[in-house]
Amino acid sequence: MSAASYTLNFADIGKDLHDKVGGKCASLGEMTQAGVAVPPGFAVTTDAYQTMLDHHGLRKEIERHLTAIDAEDIDAVDRAAQAIRVRIRSHHLPADVEAAIRAAYAEMGDDLPVAVRSSATAEDLPDASFAGQQDTYLWVRGADDVVNRVRDCWASLFTTRAVAYREKNRIPHIDVLMSVGVQKMVNAKAAGVAMTLDPGTGDRTRIVIDASWGLGEMVVSGVVTPDNFVVEKVLEEIIDRKISDKHVELVGDEAAGEAIEREVDEHRRKQPSLSDAEVLAVARLAKRLERQNKCPQDVEWAIDADLPEGENLLALQSRPETIWSQKKVEKPKTSYATGMIGIVNTLNNPLASKG
Amino acid sequence: MNVHKSMFPSAFEVETPEGAEGWKDLYPYYTHFQPARRAVDDATFWFCNSQHWPTPFRPFDTIMLDFAIKGLGQYNTRHLVVPPANGVDYRILNGYVYFSPVAVAPEKIEARVPQFMERAGHYFMNWGDLYANWKKKVMAKIEELEAIHFEELPEVEDIEVVTGGKGLDSTNQLFDQYDKAIELAYKIWQYHFEFLNLGYAAYLDFFGFVKEQFPSIPDQAIAKMVQGVDSELFRPDDEIKKLAKRAVELGCADALKSGSADEALAAVAKAPGGEQWLKQWEDAKNPWFNFTSGNGFYSTDKYWIDHLDIPMGYLRDYIERVEQGEEIMRPTEALLKERDRITAEYREMMDEEAQGVFDQKLGLARVVFPYVEDHNFYIEHWAIGVFWRKMRQLSSLLARHGFWKNEDDMFFLNRNEVRDVLWDYSSSWAIGVPNRGSSVWPEEIERRRKIYKALSAHRPLPALNNPPDVITEPFTIMLWGITSDAVKRWVKSDEGGSGLEGMAAAPGVVEGVARVLSSPDELGQLQKGDILVTPVTAPSWAPVFGKIAAAVTDIGGMMSHAAIVCREYGLPAVTGTGNASSKIKTGMKLRVDGNKGTVEILD
Repeated sequence: MSAASYTLNFADIGKDLHDKVGGKCASLGEMTQAGVAVPPGFAVTTDAYQTMLDHHGLRKEIERHLTAIDAEDIDAVDRAAQAIRVRIRSHHLPADVEAAIRAAYAEMGDDLPVAVRSSATAEDLPDASFAGQQDTYLWVRGADDVVNRVRDCWASLFTTRAVAYREKNRIPHIDVLMSVGVQKMVNAKAAGVAMTLDPGTGDRTRIVIDASWGLGEMVVSGVVTPDNFVVEKVLEEIIDRKISDKHVELVGDEAAGEAIEREVDEHRRKQPSLSDAEVLAVARLAKRLERQNKCPQDVEWAIDADLPEGENLLALQSRPETIWSQKKVEKPKTSYATGMIGIVNTLNNPLASKG
Repeated sequence: MNVHKSMFPSAFEVETPEGAEGWKDLYPYYTHFQPARRAVDDATFWFCNSQHWPTPFRPFDTIMLDFAIKGLGQYNTRHLVVPPANGVDYRILNGYVYFSPVAVAPEKIEARVPQFMERAGHYFMNWGDLYANWKKKVMAKIEELEAIHFEELPEVEDIEVVTGGKGLDSTNQLFDQYDKAIELAYKIWQYHFEFLNLGYAAYLDFFGFVKEQFPSIPDQAIAKMVQGVDSELFRPDDEIKKLAKRAVELGCADALKSGSADEALAAVAKAPGGEQWLKQWEDAKNPWFNFTSGNGFYSTDKYWIDHLDIPMGYLRDYIERVEQGEEIMRPTEALLKERDRITAEYREMMDEEAQGVFDQKLGLARVVFPYVEDHNFYIEHWAIGVFWRKMRQLSSLLARHGFWKNEDDMFFLNRNEVRDVLWDYSSSWAIGVPNRGSSVWPEEIERRRKIYKALSAHRPLPALNNPPDVITEPFTIMLWGITSDAVKRWVKSDEGGSGLEGMAAAPGVVEGVARVLSSPDELGQLQKGDILVTPVTAPSWAPVFGKIAAAVTDIGGMMSHAAIVCREYGLPAVTGTGNASSKIKTGMKLRVDGNKGTVEILD
């Protein structure tokens, strides 16, 4: 297998490579190719993962740990899962895989801080979190750490919960593959999530944005109550805003080489985390991604403090909204009246009287 | 009689403003709240139509009210047989007009449907032809109005009258011409309503459908999908803009910059390129300067063509902007593109069946809507402008004969009294005695003027008696935007607080300083960046929209002039606030939210 197929620059990832890079990286690749501003980076492919498994008999060892376990016996599952994780973490990567990762990382710059995120290939399964795909390591710096974190992501395929889930649902463990994204760390001034429909009502004429100071993890995990903005999708106008008290933020600590949680200064806590122009920029980005993907989207974004205004909004992830999109659209009770009948109905029941 | 307290007062308990005693004599008996009809009138909900008549009537000016209301009624009740709605009844109280739409009894609605379908259906099916014909009919009436001419009675009749064996005198032409002018105004008002309610109905049908698809869609988004960019209402403003650009191109702009309009026009005639420019100015004048800074309903309306200083002022503003390198022409192509974008994006979010219905209803709304906008130019601006000019000529003629002092005093008489004056003039002339009116009218006009002033000093009540539980009458909702919610707002707006609510008529949010204008004469006070606060705006105010940061009005809905123009200029607008112009004072800092329809007083 050639080294080139162990890593893929986001700019080289098209839709057909989904199996090789997982959902998250595929989406980053598609966005990059479509000209959406995305922090640069690369995917460590599932080929790399498979090569690792085949190296020094790792695959066999994993299979051995898992062949005879009873999914109902949580202790047994836990023991097996832990053993596998330890095994993966201590496993030396095949030299060519490691070299490929190091080379791709070196190409990004000198010891550039990056985020390392898992990107599983089985995200469309109903409970995608089983795959440990939430694993994210922020402010990783230096090739050694990057390599370690890639391995940690792979190990996260074997959390107790993920193993139990697969056992229960009879999903062969070895069939779930994992890619890992390595992406330039955003120095987020503010970040959050944008949905291209109103998650409360399913209203597709709205874009709802949650935003807070620092990195978006605080918004996603629910540690802070974010600012909430509602934008009319077509007119691109802010129609509602709730500014909340955002007491903590997650920011990069360059010296420590990690993202740290810190108190937000008093004067910023109740300030809007986005200006009106930024709210609209986020909304337009979400709208563009919805159009590109042809279905309502759930977009993670960040405003990078290091980039000039106008170029500082970055898309971190875009995935299809799943809850409302799966619901049947309720049709108006009566069938549509057209022509003169429509006009007679309108006169007989003017809208404002319908309440 | 009602024992419980009603939401709004009874007309019979509203006090006469001090100094306005005897005001009822100024208006015809059929506009009075009559004590003998109290039970019926008290059981009816009346709302003040300050949208069309924001100030009290001079006696003559009720002519427009009479004719307009009669025209509106005849189409609903007698021509088209609109199933749920007859006309709109009206009364005058303290100089302001109150309306009450007449609903058809629920059990009779069904039976009217087939007639309506046939009659209205005919209009919708043949809209283009009928509308083309309508323009011809109206233009013919305007021509007839233009030809109206009042001649003074001669010292002695011409010899030809005698030698020709004519046997009649010059008084006949006075009566003929006066009656003819009134008759033309009457007919023009009938034409005014020939298409209007159907236009609104088709618009509302589309509106209702889109709201059903997207319950939270802003009303202004629906308006944007329907609204055209080439309404004739924009033409006068466009002509002024073209003239400004032309003046700069020809290098004769400096000659136009000072003095009265007459002086400027004289100066430009001598300037290089001036002759060419003047030709364009003359061409634009007719018809596009038949444009009032009011709404056409008052004899006091100032029409550009009679007051060239008004368009000259706008022209100077535009010249200044052109010289500063600004592009002043409306970006019609961009506006159309934006309309298409908005339409396509909402359409995209519908299922296929709904898209078909959307296309059909939008198609009809776009066919009918130009009428809803353009009729205003032909009727209120052009035809009615000519009518008022002719009436002022008559008033001047009669003033020369001592019936009154000022050339517009005639409007303190009602139209039947004016005919009496013509009789007085004619018969005293024939008899060879001084006219009787000279010793009657100056004093009476003075008395009426005082009453009128006292009435004008008071704002009208928004409504009388109790509203129905739910307002369902379609024209109340369509033409005046009066819904159960609006009525609640009126009640609330009297309760104070630092905020005002109205319609979210054009999007955007700005903060700025208020400039409260109560009449178009004050337009010159506007400074760049001001937030315009006014009872109501008129299409001829278009040039000021290039200067302001936002607009707030007391009266008007989503399709009101201020709303349409603000959307086009990308300025926030909140309309129909009820009392912004009295609650807000010039200089106050405001936050206008055109997305939510709120105005906040910040200090």
